[in-house]
Amino acid sequence: MEKWYLMTTVVLIGLTVRWTVSLNSYSGAGKPPMFGDYEAQRHWQEITFNLPVKQWYFNSSDNNLQYWGLDYPPLTAYHSLLCAYVAKFINPDWIALHTSRGYESQAHKLFMRTTVLIADLLIYIPAVVLYCCCLKEISTKKKIANALCILLYPGLILIDYGHFQYNSVSLGFALWGVLGVSCDWDLLGSLAFCLAINYKQMELYHSLPFFCFLLGKCFKKGLKGKGFVLLVKLACTVVASFILCWLPFFTEGEQTLQVLRRLFPVDRGLFEDKVANIWCSFNVLLKIKDILPRHIQLIMSFCFTFLSLLPACIKLILQPSSKGFKFTLVSCALSFFLFSFQVHEKSILLVSFMLPLLLKDELLMPSVVTTMAFFIACVTSFSIFEKTSEEELQLKSFSISVRTYLPCFTFLSRIIQYLFLISVITMVLLTLMTVTLDPPQKLPDLFSVLVCFVSCLNFLFFLVYFNIIIMWDSKNGRNQKKIS
Amino acid sequence: MAALTIAAGTGNWFSALALGVTLLKCLLIPTYHSTDFEVHRNWLAITHSLPISQWYYEATSEWTLDYPPFFAWFEYILSHVAKYFDQEMLNVHNLNYSSSRTLLFQRFSVIFTDTLFVYAVHECCKCIGGKKVGKELTEKPKFILSVLLLWNFGLLIVDHIHFQYNGFLFGLMLLSIARLFQKRHMEGAFLFAVLLHFKHIYLYVAPAYGVYLLRSYCFTANRPDGSIRWNSFSFVRFISLGLVVFLISALSLGPFLALNQLPQVFSRLFPFKRGLCHAYWAPNFWALYNALDKVLSVIGLKLKFLDPNKIPKASMKVQFQHTVLPSVTPWQRLYAQLIAILPSIFCLWFKPQGPRGFLRCLILCALSSFMFGWHVHEKAILLAILPMSEHFELPIKILLMLLFTIYSISSLKTLFRKEKPLFNWMETFYLLGLGPLEVCCEFVFPLTSWKLKYPFIPLLLTSVYCALGITYAWFKLYVSVLIDPPIGKTKKQ
Repeated sequence: MEKWYLMTTVVLIGLTVRWTVSLNSYSGAGKPPMFGDYEAQRHWQEITFNLPVKQWYFNSSDNNLQYWGLDYPPLTAYHSLLCAYVAKFINPDWIALHTSRGYESQAHKLFMRTTVLIADLLIYIPAVVLYCCCLKEISTKKKIANALCILLYPGLILIDYGHFQYNSVSLGFALWGVLGVSCDWDLLGSLAFCLAINYKQMELYHSLPFFCFLLGKCFKKGLKGKGFVLLVKLACTVVASFILCWLPFFTEGEQTLQVLRRLFPVDRGLFEDKVANIWCSFNVLLKIKDILPRHIQLIMSFCFTFLSLLPACIKLILQPSSKGFKFTLVSCALSFFLFSFQVHEKSILLVSFMLPLLLKDELLMPSVVTTMAFFIACVTSFSIFEKTSEEELQLKSFSISVRTYLPCFTFLSRIIQYLFLISVITMVLLTLMTVTLDPPQKLPDLFSVLVCFVSCLNFLFFLVYFNIIIMWDSKNGRNQKKIS
Repeated sequence: MAALTIAAGTGNWFSALALGVTLLKCLLIPTYHSTDFEVHRNWLAITHSLPISQWYYEATSEWTLDYPPFFAWFEYILSHVAKYFDQEMLNVHNLNYSSSRTLLFQRFSVIFTDTLFVYAVHECCKCIGGKKVGKELTEKPKFILSVLLLWNFGLLIVDHIHFQYNGFLFGLMLLSIARLFQKRHMEGAFLFAVLLHFKHIYLYVAPAYGVYLLRSYCFTANRPDGSIRWNSFSFVRFISLGLVVFLISALSLGPFLALNQLPQVFSRLFPFKRGLCHAYWAPNFWALYNALDKVLSVIGLKLKFLDPNKIPKASMKVQFQHTVLPSVTPWQRLYAQLIAILPSIFCLWFKPQGPRGFLRCLILCALSSFMFGWHVHEKAILLAILPMSEHFELPIKILLMLLFTIYSISSLKTLFRKEKPLFNWMETFYLLGLGPLEVCCEFVFPLTSWKLKYPFIPLLLTSVYCALGITYAWFKLYVSVLIDPPIGKTKKQ
């Protein structure tokens, strides 16, 4: 069957699942006085439409920063402004200053959900389709299967269409960035990634790999000639895009500082709530949050983060390759998530431990259904339980190296298979327990902490796994076929 | 969970498809539901709370029990599960009761009963031979049939959004067809008899079953040229078929015969008097007939042939009386239906082509009955006011329809016509025209000034346009059945 028919079918399935999830409730539905993220987005439309730019990030009588103040970079604000113009055309009551607080109606819900869908359709979905089509050295069937699994990823669907956020915009831009940089359209790729950062500062997680990869490319071309030219062009592109986005805020130093203060709240402390972060898990054993002073916490997290991602990044500078780039993206993001300061649970967009959040929003059914669908799609497309030879796991070179010291280390793939099964079973059990049982009185957060702890172990494992792949890949890089 | 893993892990595509569509059905749970939801809740209440003698007499709600007894027993069994979800829904006086638990139970009951449908599709796939082994999965006829049936967009929308139980009824019919293909005629007959007593609307295709079983099962052999051999009539087979039908009918109608309630039951099942004023613009022959009548009356008015006082005002209701063309009574419509199915029946008798011929005749019977049937739908009036909730579901309907259409066209093209296009230019034009038509009806029309004066125009336009297409398809199918030469016995089915 022609590729385009199948790809259209896959996209339509993705859209159908997204819209059916959006029929459900959103965060903070019917819960005054603060409501939830849905109300936050509506409030930002109100603020950006009614107030001049200079007042968007400042506390004033019209703009109470305690009630969902803007804490994303300017591009989010511009997007809200655009939506506000459309809202004004349909029903001005939705964004009237002060009086529209807590506005809830079916028509408004339809409007908000539509904005998410349109943003998704324009930015994220084309990026996914193009990305899958540009994957080299795999069959058409595998490309379609990839697209299906990515589009069915429950985390993004549930957060964007259930809880209510616009993550697909920033992720989409980042994906365009990855695509551009992998296909050697470096300027466009870096432009796209700058847009992503300017939409949500969370994308800074991915910034280091981008920087290292592009730097590596410049080095490879030779710093005395083409490489230098490329470096200059890239620097100009980045600076220009930042200036373009931040233009209204560069007029005064105070403006820029205030925005930065809103984006990076270093006053808040090492972590908040229950996050599958190293610090949160460590806190279970030793209460570091209370013991150490604030600036020591900052330094500690900074050091750990950079130490954990340093090897991969250096490797990327010295030997830039598309494959290494993609793996480094994942491992850097994991490092940042695990070790950095003030991490929010949504930064990682993983379903399993967002369960308490989703339960609060009454999204249990869609979350179960979408997770199962994703699982089935992945398992059917990739036959996880059959093909787990060492070659498939990309660990061949690693295990060969280990075998020079330990000749009996032949059961690596089996270990990984068992670990995978154990982790899946544990997560399912924990999910069931969270949903059905009540935690004991003395430990009210027992289940969420357990989930976070187990997730943290999973992430640590993946961090190690990806780093191994990256580091051991180079030795056979020239001998094997080029796999991007 | 283990079974799921094993099934999915071995790459069993059928299970993946079935599981996938079941998950999609779960996602459709919070969509809006039509009055049919209340209908079935009422039937749960009636069968649970009242004795059998009251079932066909109960009339507290306007949605009285008008399906045959097996369906009533089905609702009775369901009601015993329902009482663990929400006792209140089983109270006959709780009209329009729809708590979240009721909704959950009802939706899950449809999803659960669809298991029979999934099984039936599985059986149907077994009947299709896979001649070329090396083909890619997505090009195998079994795969395409499974997708077209399991992910059927019409069934998804009617059963899981509007709310009905067509899935498992359709499954029963598919299963009986599959059994006939597998030469297990007695089982096929048994299943169809059971189906008839679940929903009597399947009487429309009963002639196809009757003639096929008589011709190809009771007469055990044909002459070399394919015509009937009278002396091969098997009395045993004929009697056993009759016995099966009789026993099932006895099981179903027996209790009501004992209670002397048969006339009441039949009056509920075949309400000739009810609903003759309101009718829906079903896209069949009568839509074209009515449209033609309207057009002629408008022309007649302009040319002063007709008296303006005699013409009834245009409204949502389709009237009995026609102005220019002769009016048609319900009995005349019934005769029209019978006449329409006769040629296909004759074909089945005189040129038997095995199970394939039976299938074609069945489709023709169903389609012809639809073409000339008089369709009564209470929902017609409700559609005049589009509730806000329907706007939310509109993208889902469009997406599912697009999904289904794109897939069908591409897969059927792969199966049947690799070189030529699937449709000729006229057909392509017609199908593409559906897009602008829907845009006009859903988006443009509500913004025009005609919305208040002539609210039925979108329905009328959609009906007539679809009727044209359906009539064309019906005609083409009929011609192909009548013209095709009979297949000899030696050829493999």
